[in-house]
Amino acid sequence: MYQYTDFDRQFVRERAAQYRDQLTRNLNGTLSDDEFRPLRLQNGWYVQRYAPMLRVAAPYGEIHSRQLRVLARIAREFDQPSAEVYANAVTTQAKLGTKHLPVGYGHFSTRQNVQFNWIPLDKSADVMDLLATADLHGIQTSGNCIRNITCDALAGIAPDETIDPRPYAEILRQWSTLHPEFAFLPRKFKIAITGAAEDRAATAWHDVGLHLLRNGAGEVGFKVLVGGGMGRTPTIASTLRDFLPWHQILNYLEAVVRVYNRFGRRDNLYKARIKILVKAEGQHFIDEVENEFSKILTHDGAAHTLPESELARVAVHFQVPASIQQALAGVSTVTPLGSGADQPAYQRWLAQNVRAHKHPALRAVTLSFKRLGHAPGDATAAQLDAAAELAERFSAGEARITHEQNVLLPWVLARDLPTLWQQARALGVAQPNIGLLTDLITCPGGDLCALANARSIPLAEAIMRRYQDLDELFDLGPVDLHISGCMNSCGHHHTGHIGILGVDKDGREWYQISLGGSDGSLLSGAAVPGKVIGPSFAASEVTDVVEALLDTYRAYRRPGETYIDSVRRLGLEPFRLAAHAVRQETRDGVNAEQVQLASAETVSD
Amino acid sequence: MKTLELIPADADATAATHRQVIQIANDVDPGTLTLDGVDRIDLNFPKFTDGRAFSQAYLLRRRIGFTGDIRATGDVLVDQLLQMQRSGFNSAVLRADQRLCHAQRQLSHFASFYQGDANHPPTLFTSEGASV
Repeated sequence: MYQYTDFDRQFVRERAAQYRDQLTRNLNGTLSDDEFRPLRLQNGWYVQRYAPMLRVAAPYGEIHSRQLRVLARIAREFDQPSAEVYANAVTTQAKLGTKHLPVGYGHFSTRQNVQFNWIPLDKSADVMDLLATADLHGIQTSGNCIRNITCDALAGIAPDETIDPRPYAEILRQWSTLHPEFAFLPRKFKIAITGAAEDRAATAWHDVGLHLLRNGAGEVGFKVLVGGGMGRTPTIASTLRDFLPWHQILNYLEAVVRVYNRFGRRDNLYKARIKILVKAEGQHFIDEVENEFSKILTHDGAAHTLPESELARVAVHFQVPASIQQALAGVSTVTPLGSGADQPAYQRWLAQNVRAHKHPALRAVTLSFKRLGHAPGDATAAQLDAAAELAERFSAGEARITHEQNVLLPWVLARDLPTLWQQARALGVAQPNIGLLTDLITCPGGDLCALANARSIPLAEAIMRRYQDLDELFDLGPVDLHISGCMNSCGHHHTGHIGILGVDKDGREWYQISLGGSDGSLLSGAAVPGKVIGPSFAASEVTDVVEALLDTYRAYRRPGETYIDSVRRLGLEPFRLAAHAVRQETRDGVNAEQVQLASAETVSD
Repeated sequence: MKTLELIPADADATAATHRQVIQIANDVDPGTLTLDGVDRIDLNFPKFTDGRAFSQAYLLRRRIGFTGDIRATGDVLVDQLLQMQRSGFNSAVLRADQRLCHAQRQLSHFASFYQGDANHPPTLFTSEGASV
């Protein structure tokens, strides 16, 4: 993975010092809250329902064990609210039915970042200094700027990959970091990159999606997609270029973002993303971008044309780690386990949580952070430390945060799998559920987020509790279940095979359910938003609805047919009817407890 | 690196009046302007969160080659001065409530940057910094 240069290290320290100056001015009253807000956002600091949230960047998902240890320390020492803040949160959420609000943990987000929910704002500058000691920061993890770039979690190791996207992602990270012209765009701007046959980075759902490929002449370049996004207007990105030579990528993105900065709507926050501009302008948008690009090349001097030497300088960081290369001289077969009783559980783990690797003697292993007792993607301080330990022992110190809110170890020797399995199991992160129903994606929702219309975590917990039987989970096969607490779609409900969206109506929590969404993976098919199956359901009904949908699948499926394929073949109707049949509250019009979740009237930071 | 000239709010009115100054809104295409004889272009930030003038300044400086004064006016936040300097502005009018000392400090937080800019087109990777 990328190793910071002296320049990178100094830069992050300078950024932390700049942030401390801003925080100090805010706390002493010389920088107003309104003015401080976008500045703290661009360092990852949101203010949530009860306390600030910090989003730490893991560039394209890569994180080192020493960084995980610093995140553990932040969870332990800083993710601790004052007694007053915590008491208020617990009391208020208890009225909604939330029994427990954990503190002292990190949360893996769908954009491969790590979030903390309880750090007092007056400690935020200390946290930035601590992060900087481990080459970490929150730069552009929020705000109306170019956000942290995301990547295929199997980048550089997937057998179906043509070109490793990580060097390009790193080059894009550097280019976009504190870009002077693009820090106050109309809205946020998200870029995702893949270099594999399968799109595991949901590129069509991003403001810009990049596919690395080779053209007929064998040259490397990008297919450039633009204008994808979720929110109120789910939109699949359009193709802007079928092939852009790799060395022009920064010049080309400069053109795209400049056109967006100049012409994107700023009169209505809900229409400010680039997807709206692309839809409204169509070919005119493409012409503007191409015209701007051509002027950058012919007139401005194309300062950001990438030389081979720069690609080579960065790419050298992304080779197989030296310790793994040495170990590869050894055997390449999986050592059989001794104890017979554990064998089926181990086989299940191998089948679900272990992926093939470019190198035949290596495997990619996903540690499942989807287990009862913790919100999806949450890791306590002790678990972050333990994950660091596993990364060190089994993966040359490298780990990745996945879009699905788990942690992947990219460099595991096949012969180490039995030992890794036992240690992961002892840690509680070896549930063999990767890709299955309980590997669900969930946003923090109304327990933590000021924007949410409804809670997500209790719903995830209820669904996981109902589907604890592994035989049943394996029988159901792969299902993407995604939960968002509001239309901002942080839980990616649009891409769920089953999508659940929290909505606010009459001051109560309701959930709209959609079917058949796709992130663009091989399993799910071409990217498409799911379709809503009728009026919203009450919270008490949702788990029954999920069960009804899955029972319908089991009743109608053909041999070997996945849930998503059944939905595509059968259409929504049988599922809609089954879901409707389990309505209770929403059938009788009986109202449950009237508790309003005071959600902020704004769009997400 | 050229340093942005910081102009206190109350000093603006006393600026040399003989100069040829044009003021343009932030949705104007800089390519459509007639700049013969113009000494100064005032770009406007109606709200500090509206970043269109950054692109206008860049285009005026780098694309159009305007060599006169490009001035930031309106809701200028001191924390944006460094971005203004890097985007091609060379002066900025501070709001009445903003302190010069705070403003000056904002220009000195960073030794250098990754990407090229209007003032300094070479990137880190084309200059010596890349070898470190």
